[in-house]
Amino acid sequence: MARIEAEVGKPQGGFMKWIDDRFPFTETMKYHATEYYASKNFNFWYVFGVLAFVVLFIQLFTGIFLTMNYKPDAAQAFASVEYIMRDVEWGWLIRYMHSTGASFFFIVVYLHMFRAMLYGSYKKPRELIWIIGMLIFLVLMAEAFAGYLLPWGQMSYWGAQVIISLFGAIPWVGDALVEIIRGDYSISDITLNRFFALHVIALPLALIGLIFVHIVALHEVGSNNPDGIEIKKLKGDDGVPLDGIAFHPYHTSKDLVAIIIFLMVFCGVVFFAPDMGGYFLEHANFEPANMTATPEHIAPVWYFTPFYAILRAVPDKLWGFILFGLSVMLPMFLPWLDRARVKSIRYRGWIYKSALSVFVVTFFVLGWLGTQPADPIYVLAARIFSVIYFAFFILMPYYTTIDKTKPVPERVVYHD
Amino acid sequence: MTNLKRIAGLILLSACFMTTQALASGGGAKLVSADIDPDNIKSLQRGAANFMNYCSGCHSAQYVRYNTIGKDLDLSEEMLVDNLMFNAEKTFDTIQASMAADDAARWYGTAPPDMSLIARAKGVDHVYNFLKGFYVDADSPTGVDNLQTPGSSMPHVLWELQGYQEAHFSDHQNEDGSVTTTFDGFEQVTPGKLDSEDYDDFVRDTVNFLAYIAEPVRSFRVVLGKWVMIYLIFFLIIARMLKKQIWKDVK
Repeated sequence: MARIEAEVGKPQGGFMKWIDDRFPFTETMKYHATEYYASKNFNFWYVFGVLAFVVLFIQLFTGIFLTMNYKPDAAQAFASVEYIMRDVEWGWLIRYMHSTGASFFFIVVYLHMFRAMLYGSYKKPRELIWIIGMLIFLVLMAEAFAGYLLPWGQMSYWGAQVIISLFGAIPWVGDALVEIIRGDYSISDITLNRFFALHVIALPLALIGLIFVHIVALHEVGSNNPDGIEIKKLKGDDGVPLDGIAFHPYHTSKDLVAIIIFLMVFCGVVFFAPDMGGYFLEHANFEPANMTATPEHIAPVWYFTPFYAILRAVPDKLWGFILFGLSVMLPMFLPWLDRARVKSIRYRGWIYKSALSVFVVTFFVLGWLGTQPADPIYVLAARIFSVIYFAFFILMPYYTTIDKTKPVPERVVYHD
Repeated sequence: MTNLKRIAGLILLSACFMTTQALASGGGAKLVSADIDPDNIKSLQRGAANFMNYCSGCHSAQYVRYNTIGKDLDLSEEMLVDNLMFNAEKTFDTIQASMAADDAARWYGTAPPDMSLIARAKGVDHVYNFLKGFYVDADSPTGVDNLQTPGSSMPHVLWELQGYQEAHFSDHQNEDGSVTTTFDGFEQVTPGKLDSEDYDDFVRDTVNFLAYIAEPVRSFRVVLGKWVMIYLIFFLIIARMLKKQIWKDVK
């Protein structure tokens, strides 16, 4: 649509017209912000998408400065992290923001996913948004795992050792695969170097690409809402959904409040409890990696522990690996497992409400069990809760069909 | 109703944090609390002197610079040079052990670990109990064993101050025939220069210093954090007013 005309003495439309003739700036702003309409009744659970963006920005920004001072070398990595913590100006703040950001990324993403389960955001027509979101989650797990090796502490080393060796359980190709991942016969300088490459360029690129597609898909179909009503069905004379308000300035001004509250929690950890009692920064990781001394108790960082508990609950190595993989992948099939006619939990019956509550408890219990040593009583508990975890997904087509739902209103429920 | 749910969500979130915090502190052997005061500069200064006099012969603190200690603990350059820098030339040098690591490994079987991060790796209570946990054991090559870390190759360096103590254990027969050994207590057999209370204070100061060098920025971090919070509260009020203003016409 670019019409570039220059007539002497005639107003040209100013700087913005000059830009818009060459790049669809105003059009893009309208499509994605000032004329992107989302429901006016968004609640607490709807802030975590924006907050995930905030954490992504924190991680990218601090990551760049860490890369300027970090050395991906088995002989220097640990010392370079301490150099950042002690000698680099504001290095401690950058590092604590990055390490805290890693944990908060998962907190925010888990809550973002839970929101989708509360209000059926994965259901038609948003199946693809959900699948892309699950791919983002998988890449995020890989990104966090690669990043955790970089400080080259004891837990970095032995945690990676345990997780990478899992791939050895795959028949025929397992051992070869493990060697390809490590690039060596054990975790070494070579592994550290390739994990650095994955962590700072390959996976972040994949992450940003997927997030872009996630947003494009979302803005194509429009956001869901706590009532699970398609607001596009009822539009005013101006073509604007009756229950919709523009993303900017309405939702942005609301999100700003949420972002500040989030930053208060985030800074509370960064400034007052950066170790988070050994959960965000594990104690054993303050000792340099030592391949001749295995720590007494190896546990992955908290955000992997629910899946790790499932892995350990299975006595067979191969089946443990398969169920571990399945436990991560199963949520991807939610759009087809969930047969309920309504989206939102507000209009579902007691069966789904109970099932989701039990699932949340199960996820927390598995997460806690994954941090504990593999005592027989804990393994037994992990087995019971693993069965519940899988039952939630596998039985879903059945219990969502028989669950009695309530009628969904025409308009969203909104009050000041 | 929505407010109730919002509150429920927040409670759920904070509960998950609190349980992780509580769980992290549990487990392991019974430890006496080190009860250190990281804001007590005098204690940290004494700890620095203790460390340089009794520990740094064998243990390095290779990430810690003398001038950082001087700045944080109110010590002038002369005081650093005269009282702390026994084997260092420049104030920006890091703390190196006087004993060569190769020799140490040959003599003790394992080189004494670097002390820069020991308080964060093991916890202050562990280090405190370790330094108080040496007891006479004739079978050990060093003549002592340690209650906190049995089989430790570290000799009782502070014997001159603490003296020697014996540990008393007792065996209990369980119903299934197995035997459980419990620790009953220490008994002083040779007096040291310090009485038990003064020795505790000596160890406490030293552990306080170890906690400080594990994270020299700690006290500044906490001070800065308070200002950041004040700023965010101020920002929150303004953002909240802005939101209210913009949302006035939403019905």
